[in-house]
Amino acid sequence: MKFKKFKLDWLILPLIGLAAILALWQVSSATWAKDLPTPLKTWVSSKPYLAEPFAKRGEMDQGVLRFTWYSLLLVAKGYTLALIIGTPIGFLLGLSKMFTKAFDPIIQVLRPVSPLAWFPLGLMLFVGAGKQASELGALFTIAICSMWPTVLNTAVGVRAIPQDYLNVAKVLKLSRAKTLFKVIIPASLPYMFTGFRLSLGIAWLVIVAVEMLIGRPGIGGFLWQEYNSAIYEHIILCIVTIGVVGFILDRLMSLVEKRFKTI
Amino acid sequence: MPYLELKNVAKGFGAKGSRMEVLREINLTVEKGEFVAIVGFSGAGKTTLMSLISGLIKPDSGLLTLNGLEISEPGPDRGIVFQNYSLLPWLSVFENIFLAVEQCFRNWTTAKKIEHTEKFIAMVNLTPARNKKPHELSGGMRQRVSVARALAMDPQILLLDEPLSALDALTRSSLQDEISRIWQENQKTVVMITNDPDEGIYLADRIIPLSAGPGATLGPSITVDLPRPRDRKALNHEPRFKEVRRQVIEFLLNSKGERHAAITKKLILPDIEPEDLNLPRQVRSGRAPVRRGEIRQETVEIP
Repeated sequence: MKFKKFKLDWLILPLIGLAAILALWQVSSATWAKDLPTPLKTWVSSKPYLAEPFAKRGEMDQGVLRFTWYSLLLVAKGYTLALIIGTPIGFLLGLSKMFTKAFDPIIQVLRPVSPLAWFPLGLMLFVGAGKQASELGALFTIAICSMWPTVLNTAVGVRAIPQDYLNVAKVLKLSRAKTLFKVIIPASLPYMFTGFRLSLGIAWLVIVAVEMLIGRPGIGGFLWQEYNSAIYEHIILCIVTIGVVGFILDRLMSLVEKRFKTI
Repeated sequence: MPYLELKNVAKGFGAKGSRMEVLREINLTVEKGEFVAIVGFSGAGKTTLMSLISGLIKPDSGLLTLNGLEISEPGPDRGIVFQNYSLLPWLSVFENIFLAVEQCFRNWTTAKKIEHTEKFIAMVNLTPARNKKPHELSGGMRQRVSVARALAMDPQILLLDEPLSALDALTRSSLQDEISRIWQENQKTVVMITNDPDEGIYLADRIIPLSAGPGATLGPSITVDLPRPRDRKALNHEPRFKEVRRQVIEFLLNSKGERHAAITKKLILPDIEPEDLNLPRQVRSGRAPVRRGEIRQETVEIP
């Protein structure tokens, strides 16, 4: 199909797309989904949360960016944990065939498990921590769900190192540590960062689910509370916020990723 | 006593049933300070021979010795220039060479190591490009870095594995001159592998054809008794040059005969998941992306 470029097409075409979705939304809320607030109603009701994004009016009534900030903090902790655990496992998988044979089946089985299934296990594990239990359980869930892309991409990255580079290391008789730091890690960095980016995406998905379960202040917790209070406009506000934040995180990571495209 | 010696070396690849013999009955002696070129068809096992001498792979049978000691593993005493340069892309020209220098001369002071590195960068005329990364260099420049890295290790023997075959004809001839000059300055023992008889004759003291595979073996060694320095233009009219060339090509063509073989190799392709709809139209290689599972193996005919 031929697509003719015109001036400002990068701006006008997405706006047309947005307008079409808004129209569909308007029609839906007028016809078959009577409970769905219209775009205008959503906007009016969301305005205070957007106009004062950092306001704190109560535990569960805060500006939308303030909630986002709480969520991001928890994500940052869980995600860091995932990278710290996931990267070395990825290296072991990539470097050792024996390790791969031993653990790959388990990883493949654990990988598709939903965060909702992990969370109760996390709570149970940290039940002794008292007040901290739900926070630690959340961290556990984020870490264990989001580490798999890091693990697998690092492993693939290590295995995909061109034999030439390893030959250089052999000819120069680099020690094991030097081979790791001078050859293996730099050569697998691009793959690792792809893994890191995918992991961040998952961590952001998980946080929302986890917050709903623990009812903690945060963007997911807010969403669930507003559902319970039947303020449906705010559900849409939360969905849009989650989407935008997720998108920004992904773009930021892909900038970092590009920086490391060495080859 | 010969400096580098290969006695009845044989090497094959593949599992027991489909095993293919690549090299057989390889006998080679190289004297100290000699420049020996080995010429053969692509796919004949030239790189395998080089990997054996460098110690990257082990022979199935036979013995390889350097200076009387058996070659059992790769080491910096044999400087290799690989066909595809094998520079580390995340290191600059200087860092690539410095890594080798650092590794070979551990007890030198840092200043001495840097000076040594700079000397070899200058030797291949790359001082202006010392801070560039390999991807910013042309093929010829990359190969010069690779040569400088190999020489900077001060190896006992220099192994050149089709060092110029990826370059265009003009760059190729100027690098041949450069290799010739560097060899005369350093008087290192050199074993070069090439697919170009002219290149071999121009550079080497002795040229040895490698017969067509599978089961390739070395032909008769032909001494290139042309005076140095050699003049490329005059060489073409030299009767001795023509004679050597005729002998090499005749041996290669006769060895080829009617033999045909095919290598079947398993292909492992990356499983790609799309992440962005705004993909550039032109994939670099120009061929449509292939998904895992579509092609499982590829057969290459060897003439």
